[in-house]
Amino acid sequence: MEKRVTFSRWTVGILFAVPQMLLIFTFFYWPAGQAVYWSLTLQQPWGGGNIWVGLDNFRSILASADYWNSITASLAFAAISTGLAMVIALVLAALTDRQLAGSRFYRVVLIWPYGIAAPALALAFRFILAPEAGFMAVVNRAWPGFWDPGLDGADAMASIIAAFSWKYVGYNFIFFLAAFQAIPRSLIEASAMDGAGVVRRFRDIQFPLITPTIFFLLVINITESFQDSFGIVDIMTSGGPANATNLMVYKIYSDGFKGLDYSGAAAQSIILMMLIVVLTIFQFRFIERRVHYR
Amino acid sequence: MRKPLVKATQEGMKSMSIIKHGLAAFAAGTLGVALALPAAAAPVKFDFWFGLSGDLARVVDTLCKNFNASQSDYEVVCTSQGNYDATLQNTIAAFRAGKQPTVVQVYDVGTATMMLSGAYYPADKLMEENGYKIDYSDYFPGIARYYATSKGEMLSFPFNSSTALMYWNKDAFAKIGKTEAPKTWEEVGADLQAMKDAGYECPMAINISANESWQLMEQFSAIHNQPIATKSNGYDGLDARLAVNKTKFVQYVGDLKKWYDAGLIKIKSKDLGQDMVQAFASGTCQVILTSVGDHGTVGKTHKEGMNWDVAELPVYAGTERKNSLVGGASLWVLSGKPAEEYKGAAAFLNFIHDPKTALFWSTNTGYIPVAKSGFDYMKSNGFYDKAPYKGRETAIASLTASEPTEITRGIRLGNFTQIRAEFGTQMQAIFANKVSVQDGLDTLVKNGDAILDRFQQTYPNKTLP
Repeated sequence: MEKRVTFSRWTVGILFAVPQMLLIFTFFYWPAGQAVYWSLTLQQPWGGGNIWVGLDNFRSILASADYWNSITASLAFAAISTGLAMVIALVLAALTDRQLAGSRFYRVVLIWPYGIAAPALALAFRFILAPEAGFMAVVNRAWPGFWDPGLDGADAMASIIAAFSWKYVGYNFIFFLAAFQAIPRSLIEASAMDGAGVVRRFRDIQFPLITPTIFFLLVINITESFQDSFGIVDIMTSGGPANATNLMVYKIYSDGFKGLDYSGAAAQSIILMMLIVVLTIFQFRFIERRVHYR
Repeated sequence: MRKPLVKATQEGMKSMSIIKHGLAAFAAGTLGVALALPAAAAPVKFDFWFGLSGDLARVVDTLCKNFNASQSDYEVVCTSQGNYDATLQNTIAAFRAGKQPTVVQVYDVGTATMMLSGAYYPADKLMEENGYKIDYSDYFPGIARYYATSKGEMLSFPFNSSTALMYWNKDAFAKIGKTEAPKTWEEVGADLQAMKDAGYECPMAINISANESWQLMEQFSAIHNQPIATKSNGYDGLDARLAVNKTKFVQYVGDLKKWYDAGLIKIKSKDLGQDMVQAFASGTCQVILTSVGDHGTVGKTHKEGMNWDVAELPVYAGTERKNSLVGGASLWVLSGKPAEEYKGAAAFLNFIHDPKTALFWSTNTGYIPVAKSGFDYMKSNGFYDKAPYKGRETAIASLTASEPTEITRGIRLGNFTQIRAEFGTQMQAIFANKVSVQDGLDTLVKNGDAILDRFQQTYPNKTLP
């Protein structure tokens, strides 16, 4: 029979849980509750008072074309940058795992981008992608007008996707490499002896075995693309041109802090929270089914 | 065996305690000396938060040091919050937490928000209570009325003030046979074309972000006496709504777009690699519209041997020119502070109002003096005759081109920062050919009105003072 250590009284258990619960309450439930309250009122920025407006804030947000544009942009950003960051990281990790020449060097170097703060990275990318002064100036000299993130929304979106993906390739790479290295060598060797080539081994052995990692990274990447994109957007495009890169998290900031519309921003953050919750539930319900945990 | 050991320990402790006492006495002595000096004067400290950074922040710091050195009763602690937006945000956060600074610098378009905040101590009342006589008619009317209430009371003190000017490259204009800056937009159009034909890649540079709402929309509208919003640009009530889609501004945006399409205007911004001031200073672009505050920067960074000057913003032919708008910020005194700090704040505001401070401030920044006495003092000192500062008097000429009208005294609209952002968005859509000029400006008005509507709802039953 399994022997379990139990507390004689349930109060002791509660006592151990209290510090953690206090933390969660202070840093999540309390502010989230406050946001819900603010989203149902009109707050005067200086704290002079507020008016109960019910769901009016949500109604006006959902009736705004700009907000729907922001949602579309955020979803496109999440899908493309997550896809790019994961595929590139997967390929790099697979190659590094194959012990190609210099793989020990890559293993270290590829992790670095994740250590760079988003605004610093955005500054670097702003320079690299500047149409008149940076690397893209060379491209523009060959094809004038080809690259213009200042006016072309698609170019601006491509810039922030490039910056975000570049950062998360490093993050994903660590997890993918660890997952690959956890696969027993004997499995790979056995299939190699059976005559399976590199691609076949990847498809039939390695890929199915790392699906838990892929799933984990998918959830994290999508969630982060909604939240961690702020610094990049703020430095590189400020949401422009013509709102093309006005992602949800940036719109919350600019409406709330620049525009002093605290209530509207609170309502937007509730919507963003719901969206992330729904997306995460969706992923667990429908994608996790295809994941094989060992 | 034990006793001697204890004794030895006791003796050890005794000598230790002698050393300790000695040290303590010594420390007390030095501390006493150190404390005695400030204890005698003990100036009242108060906070001043401002939104300037870089070079300008250093000038403010010097200003604060000068104030502290000029008297011994008060000590102002000056802290830069990085920029105007952050200053207002941080002040609001601090105010809600009861930790607000005594004096804060709030930018021009934050005036409406401040007036409704109920968080200020009226500056004119403060000065009167503390026995300072300020002649408010000494302020340039264009500057005073921007910040005054509808009854003419000064709730805040104008501080750093500027207006927009046209910077023009004399060498480029000489190439097309001109020695004077163009006075009308029609003339500008012809000159830009002539410069293009003479081989200039970038006759004029503009940018179309939220920041340029100031020179492109607000200054243009004032000079042409065109409303930006109904109800005298918001001075007469919170139910004011935007009007820029029905004024001469539509024609102006149309012309700018036309010139952009013809390659006469290039868009220059920091994001693209070079902002317009750099583009002008390097000789790349020949005309820009920007603040007189950039006069110093252009003077310090322009290309070797380049001849340039500033002129008032052009008008459309047949327009009677009105005064341009003041830009910049004013100093607000916040409520909920002890009386001694208010005394200090009053002394500080009085110090800033001094003509000598005006000279110091304008010499070290590009800002203009806000009061006639300051301007006269600087003129009598020959400030505007000397090379690096020559031309800055054009800003005063532009600001005082006429008595302010109902429309040209300023803009008093809630959440105007968001309206400026909307301006940037719609201009970008127009210049990227996503929408027509009229459609873009209609959307600007529609979205701007939604912002104003929301502001009005947030402050029910309240009126602007």
